[in-house]
Amino acid sequence: VLYFQKNGVSNGSLYKKPFIEHFEQAPMYVAVLTFLAFGLGSIFGYLRDFMRAWGLEKRNIATEREQQKDFVPLYQDFEDFYTRNLYMRIRDNWNRPICSVPGPQFDLMERVTNDYNWTFRFTGRTIKNVINMGSYNYLGFAETDANALKTVTKELEKYGTGICSTRQEMGTLDKHVELEKLVATFLGVEDAMVFGMGFATNSMNIPALVGKGCLILSDELNHTSLVLGARLSGATIRIFKHNNTQSLESLLKDAVVDGQPRSHRAWRKIIILVEGIYSMEGSIVRLPEIVFLKKKYKAYLYLDEAHSIGAVGATGRGVVEYFGMNPDDVDVLMGTFTKSFGAAGGYIAGKKDLVDFLRTHSHSAVYATSMCPPVAEQIIRAMKCLMGLDGTTQGLQRVRQLGKNTRYFRQRLHEMGFIIYGNDDSPVVPLLLFMPGKIGAFSRRMLEKNIGVVVVGFPATPLTESRARFCVSAAHTREMLDTVLSALDEVGDFLLLKYSRYSKAAHPELYEETRFELED
Amino acid sequence: MAAAVGMGQQWVLVEMVQAFYEAPAYHLILEGILILWIIRLLFSKTYKLQERSDLTPKEKEELIEEWQPEPLVPPVSKDHPALNYNIVSGPPTHKITVNGKECINFASFNFLGLLDNEKVKNAAQASLKKYGVGTCGPRGFYGTFDVHLELEERLAKFMRTEEAIIYSYGFATIASAIPAYSKRGDIVFVDEAACFAIQKGLQASRSNIKLFKHNDMADLERLLKEQETEDQKNPRKARVTRRFIVVEGLYMNTGDVCPLPELIKLKYKYKVRIFLEESLSFGVLGEHGRGITEHFGINRLSGQGYCFSASLPPLLAAAAIEALNIMEDNPDIFQTLQGKCKQIHRALQGISGLKVVGESFSPALHLQLEESCGSRENDVKLLKRVVDYCMNSGIALTQARYLEKEEKCLPPPSIRVVITVEQTEQELDKAASLIKEAAQSVLN
Repeated sequence: VLYFQKNGVSNGSLYKKPFIEHFEQAPMYVAVLTFLAFGLGSIFGYLRDFMRAWGLEKRNIATEREQQKDFVPLYQDFEDFYTRNLYMRIRDNWNRPICSVPGPQFDLMERVTNDYNWTFRFTGRTIKNVINMGSYNYLGFAETDANALKTVTKELEKYGTGICSTRQEMGTLDKHVELEKLVATFLGVEDAMVFGMGFATNSMNIPALVGKGCLILSDELNHTSLVLGARLSGATIRIFKHNNTQSLESLLKDAVVDGQPRSHRAWRKIIILVEGIYSMEGSIVRLPEIVFLKKKYKAYLYLDEAHSIGAVGATGRGVVEYFGMNPDDVDVLMGTFTKSFGAAGGYIAGKKDLVDFLRTHSHSAVYATSMCPPVAEQIIRAMKCLMGLDGTTQGLQRVRQLGKNTRYFRQRLHEMGFIIYGNDDSPVVPLLLFMPGKIGAFSRRMLEKNIGVVVVGFPATPLTESRARFCVSAAHTREMLDTVLSALDEVGDFLLLKYSRYSKAAHPELYEETRFELED
Repeated sequence: MAAAVGMGQQWVLVEMVQAFYEAPAYHLILEGILILWIIRLLFSKTYKLQERSDLTPKEKEELIEEWQPEPLVPPVSKDHPALNYNIVSGPPTHKITVNGKECINFASFNFLGLLDNEKVKNAAQASLKKYGVGTCGPRGFYGTFDVHLELEERLAKFMRTEEAIIYSYGFATIASAIPAYSKRGDIVFVDEAACFAIQKGLQASRSNIKLFKHNDMADLERLLKEQETEDQKNPRKARVTRRFIVVEGLYMNTGDVCPLPELIKLKYKYKVRIFLEESLSFGVLGEHGRGITEHFGINRLSGQGYCFSASLPPLLAAAAIEALNIMEDNPDIFQTLQGKCKQIHRALQGISGLKVVGESFSPALHLQLEESCGSRENDVKLLKRVVDYCMNSGIALTQARYLEKEEKCLPPPSIRVVITVEQTEQELDKAASLIKEAAQSVLN
């Protein structure tokens, strides 16, 4: 079977099982047509702007009040060109409001627009039982089953919804202490600290850990929170190619040998920022190689497991378990509870010294209110379920079901001929659309078939690589996945999305029998 | 045709040979020398500037071996005050159990006593049954619930603005809103006593920051005038540079309000936009709790914004909607709260050794030492003894915490006193007398 590997494997002997990732390139005509489409869109955009400036077309954007007409405008015309003229046309595919629990199926509120997406109106009807392929509900803990939520209900009754104070003042409850101990046990480390928001966990703790005179080596495709945290810290930032250990090694070597720029003094410390699963690519970090490099060059590793905690690994403990490694090898383990645990917030775990330092010096501990108790209880019950502490094997079943669903879904999409990015084991499945016109068409057609998908385009992805991103969940049944797959088949044929040159349909003789079950 | 071309070529060749014979001797010698020089340059070794890359691989290995980084985190002393924090068992409501002791809560910002309100809890329970706990996604990807939209509408109506947006984390709201509007090259005038969240937002925006003295309108006007003269030198640049003033309604660090009417006058005079951070004044100031603009009787600006990260859990949004309902239905709680604030402000005057910082109607006061005993560390220890004395006798207080190395203008150490509607008059009196006693015994 033919696979394309970007970022080639430099040291395959460090891996205990095969590491297979795909990043197939589109045929050339697709790239050309994509650029043409953007060009055409821009031409029409200029035409529209011209018509608006000359009053031939109504202006729909926010305008200033009379008294402030001669203030400097908040938005310059050219900054907003893309938003006004290209994004507005397909705006109805984002920010779709829902009115039920974001489980494997949800209810969407019906929206119509009379002026081409400038304003929306709710008709009052709901579209029921739309299959949810967009929410980060990997283990299916976003549920309203009364039995599952009984401890959360009790805690909500006892504690209420707020805290009204910061961790260092009067905001540390016994619930937080309990949660932190549980998180530390779950991950197999000494201690952990929890925060109220996942994004803020990164942007407020990275500046506490590094400062001027330190070096941050960050992956090309890191999330905005990591980039913001790195920028706020004041350290020097260098970017290495996505998941490419040769690029990382050469940067490390140069950094240690040359020292700081111009003064050539040694760096105070070097920290590598990576994510467990990258949410736009579906790729898994090459952890064994990075740990090997980190030990050789004495750098520190900060691993952001926002999408991978709970979603990969034999018992859901993240990429560290997936690769069979020791959690002590990673210096700072960070993650969020929004995705696999159906709650909100983030954590940082590691050695006791690290966590004590963060308790005293983190911006969040001093200035931000702590996590609210019902949310903490939801995380506690989800973690206990995963660890088997509630007396059932439900947690393990969920993890296994997620693995099965992921492999099945990806295998079938490959067979159908779509271009899928990422690792075979990652529950995040990006399906490439490439052309901007197909973004809107794909999302609307899938909604007509009662399936809710997430589509992403520029600027979250490179210009030519717009994609639809599916998040497989343990709560999806085989029937739901089959419904989605047959719908994708239809829409794929209609919109000509089956770009892959290596599918089973094209070369059936190259494919052997495949198995969908997890190997234990 | 081909023959003619061939003839033409031959003819050019003949001309060349002729020119060769007719050229002066020095010309030929010069050209010959140049050709030899070029050949030499082509084949000689190229030289680079001396660089570290001249190191042999073995030397590089040695450098890598030798280098020792700092430890990831510096060691923290075991008796750092923040490591021995207070643990609260049970809900942080009016009667709070801190470290095992039951006290009356003067430390949590529960101004309207809504933490324990049955209606709010019931609204949250209903939302929990319907939506579960988390939203599993950002606002753009199916993370927008009807409760979020309802809360935004209600907030906009309550605050009498065109639109509102909500964030899931208080700190992140102002820290994300400022960089959304103010970018590199814009100018922001900030009050010195602005809280840490505002400082981080300004740092992320990379704009030019100009600090003016706390609540000093003359200082601000001076800065604005300076900016105006700068603008006149470069009018083209001035036309695209946005200008903002960032102030808080009720300052967390000092407990006083900003002089909004004067700020509005300055705004129209110098064409600057105002960012008003109302985390403490919302639900506190004004006849109906609409905040500082109602307090001063002013209309609000209109504006829109963007939302960036994972959305608020729906049970919290439902609780907030219910809280707004309560605020709208019972407007007299604001009067009650202000009455209590005035009472305790009066009662705390005249304590020897401690001075009260904050307006009389501010529900978050600071008690600072009248005379510092030399170092910040000793001040903090002294205040801790006062706080411990009060905690042992049933009043829960806390010191105001700051990140000492990170703040731009670090406020002096202080004890935070928070007033809520749930505190009775007797409790307020007890607190005041207890603080007096504590100050007497510790500071004298």
